[in-house]
Amino acid sequence: MAEAAREPPPQHTDFQELEDGEDLFPEPSATPESEPASLAAEDISTNSNGPKLDSLFNDEDPEDLFAEATEEVSLDSPERDILLSDGPSPAITPVTPPCSATTPRLGHDDMFTHSSFDEIEEEEGGDSFDMQISVSDPEKVGDGMNAYMAYKVSIKTSMSLFKSHEFSVKRRFSDFLGLHSKLASKYLHVGYVVPPAPEKSIVGMTKVKVGKEDQSSNDFVEKRRSSLERYLMRTVKHPVLLKDPDVLQFLESSELPRAVSTQALSSAGLLRMVNKAAEAVNKMTIKMNESDAWFEEKQQHLDHLDVQLRKLHGSVESLVCHRKELSGTTALFAKSAAMLGNSEDHTALSRALSQLAEVEEKMEQLHHDQANGDFYLLSELLGDYVRLLGAVKAVFDHRMRTWQKLQDSQILLQKKREAETKLQFNNKPDKVQQVKDEIRELETKVQQGERDFDQISQTIRKEVSRFEKVRVKDFKTIVIKYLESLVQTQQQLIKYWDAFLPEAKAIS
Amino acid sequence: MMEEVKEVTSTLSVHVHNIKVTEVLKDGDTLTFLIVSQKLSGTGEHHVDRTYEDFEWLQQLLFSQEDEPGIQGVIFPSLPAKAHVNPSAKVMKQLGFLGLGEWQLYCKALESYLRLVAAHDILSKNKAVEIFLTSSEPPGRHRAKKNLFNRLSQAVEERRKEGYKDVDEFFQTERNHNLVLTGYAKTAAERFLDVVQSEQKIAVACAHFSASLHLCVDPGEDPDKQAFSKACVKLSEVFDSIKKNMTSVAENNMNTLGLGLDLESRCQEAEREMLFRRTCKLVELEAARRNAEKAKPLKKAAMEEAKKTAEIEFNHICVVAKQEVHRFRAARVKMLQHALVQWCEKQLLTAKESADQLNQQLQAFRGIP
Repeated sequence: MAEAAREPPPQHTDFQELEDGEDLFPEPSATPESEPASLAAEDISTNSNGPKLDSLFNDEDPEDLFAEATEEVSLDSPERDILLSDGPSPAITPVTPPCSATTPRLGHDDMFTHSSFDEIEEEEGGDSFDMQISVSDPEKVGDGMNAYMAYKVSIKTSMSLFKSHEFSVKRRFSDFLGLHSKLASKYLHVGYVVPPAPEKSIVGMTKVKVGKEDQSSNDFVEKRRSSLERYLMRTVKHPVLLKDPDVLQFLESSELPRAVSTQALSSAGLLRMVNKAAEAVNKMTIKMNESDAWFEEKQQHLDHLDVQLRKLHGSVESLVCHRKELSGTTALFAKSAAMLGNSEDHTALSRALSQLAEVEEKMEQLHHDQANGDFYLLSELLGDYVRLLGAVKAVFDHRMRTWQKLQDSQILLQKKREAETKLQFNNKPDKVQQVKDEIRELETKVQQGERDFDQISQTIRKEVSRFEKVRVKDFKTIVIKYLESLVQTQQQLIKYWDAFLPEAKAIS
Repeated sequence: MMEEVKEVTSTLSVHVHNIKVTEVLKDGDTLTFLIVSQKLSGTGEHHVDRTYEDFEWLQQLLFSQEDEPGIQGVIFPSLPAKAHVNPSAKVMKQLGFLGLGEWQLYCKALESYLRLVAAHDILSKNKAVEIFLTSSEPPGRHRAKKNLFNRLSQAVEERRKEGYKDVDEFFQTERNHNLVLTGYAKTAAERFLDVVQSEQKIAVACAHFSASLHLCVDPGEDPDKQAFSKACVKLSEVFDSIKKNMTSVAENNMNTLGLGLDLESRCQEAEREMLFRRTCKLVELEAARRNAEKAKPLKKAAMEEAKKTAEIEFNHICVVAKQEVHRFRAARVKMLQHALVQWCEKQLLTAKESADQLNQQLQAFRGIP
């Protein structure tokens, strides 16, 4: 992780990361016409289809979305196949595609057929992962409510995947959200754990836009900068996501088409839709015949882990809060000591008290820095993993839904077969032919459904295994960094005390 | 604390510098303090138990030594406010550092009080001190007489006299200086208490985190689960030691500089009381002088007499007061130096121990595959 030791001055982290924006823009999923619960489940996949995306963002005929949706109850809409077999996700606002996207890299057209995924993953023969990303130099662009922060994304790599070894681009927050929404729409429903993008915050951003140059705005920007960096690193460390053309475009191209209406598909919004869908699915009382105990066990394990991580996160947040408080109280005490020193007649005592005030000031800074360590290393690590678990849960849910689709198709096929038998018995040849055609279609569907289900199950197994390994490694790396910061703090303290002792002894 | 060994002139039968308040016992609502002192002759000890009322009894008797000339010029050692078994928030605020923990600091403060009283030239001669320290019988736990000596806490009109212009530059300077220092010392003690309380909160948060980590341990066979569990256990140990370190840091703060600032603050208050008493006497004296001047021939003689008495009293007070101020100045510098040195030494030791331990734990953590 390219978490360079920045000297960020965050103080308060009590930004309520609001699930904002969703109410400001017409959110299609929020106004379903009274459709069966399965429609809610449809929203995500239909949203992820190319042409539908256009209608969504053009806002011209929002009803179109629903009109089309009502026709297709099953998720195997032709649009979805387009998504799977075509090139990169259709541009949200079509713009001249940057040149890097036109040069196909690894079997461009094969990118999205399921089997190709496996090929890419097994192709370890290429570069081993070697990449450093840093997000830096936040710069305010524009004025008033249209202003935004532009961040410099710098990449250093030796991988042959990239055109050069060191390069940088300018990106804004909505670009990151746009990247995430593209990746989520492409990969979540086939079982890949797509790292969630950092949360939006109306309060935080408004302060920055309005030009409030105070500590809390700086803290907010720094918190965001750090989370963007971690987000990118997690995304590129995923072997499949790294090679995605949208990711490559994001990292390399100097101009990026503006991601519009990222509100509706912010990670929070996405997760909410996932949760709604999951609830809807549960309400349909899917009792999935889990033939694979692995999934049930993993689900339990992940639920358990979620609870544990949240608890840990809460404890660390408390620690951060109190450490910041300590920094504050130390500062106040330093001032008191200074006043005592200034008023003191006795020369040596006066000097010692003034030195005391200085030591306390230094300790204030030390505590402040340590609070940052507590926050940026431990607290954000735990928070990131709580959010990541959300993405893992999402893929499990998608698997459930895939299974449900398969079930539906199988049931329908069964019904049609029965109908066929009945019709044959009643001797209605033309209707029989129609049913035979339908059966053939359904058989294909069922086969596809079985393949989908197998594929997603396989992918999830790999992803979860990867997640667990990365989690442990991440944890260890960061804890070591944290311990190092603690040791450093102690050694500084020793220096300060050592320097003060002779001053104290000199009073007499 | 105070190393004054003036036992030759003292009428006490015990050593002054090692009077100890060793324990505090809770009995329902009452707190009883065990006081141990070493006999001057031989190797015996006195063990007595006293309640706060007993301390108040002592303080009252010291205040009411009216026959002692210039007694009002004495800076009386400050007796801490009363401690209650279940103190209200108001009482806790008043006690400050002394209310922390299980009364260890409070006992230390009572100890300082006794040592200061026993070491004082004038005060130690009062029989009450000997009785208090050595008598096995609790020295009369009746309601103490109303304290006439803490005039500052009384009527508001009295307080206005505090600003009365002095006739003596030495005392005017001292009064100004004391007023400033009293305020700053009190604030410093309060703010240092806030620091200590933040540290204690951090210790609690660390303990919490450590416990939560322990709950993350998974007995599973899975190598990833085992790796994670191991890491959690190690990290839990780390936070355990961080908690211990923070607790030590807070204790060091309380026991050395905290106590010192608290004592300094109360002693400055005590000096303020004394200076105020003197100022009030000055006001009386000036009034007596005016009365004597303006007096009609009939009353003249009486007024002159009153004036002379007032003058003599005032002069006595000034003599004692000046000595006390000098003694006080020297004593507080010594006390603060002692507190600062102890504080620094203890924190340095704690920091070194913590650094060593963290280093070890860091190495252990790196060693986990």
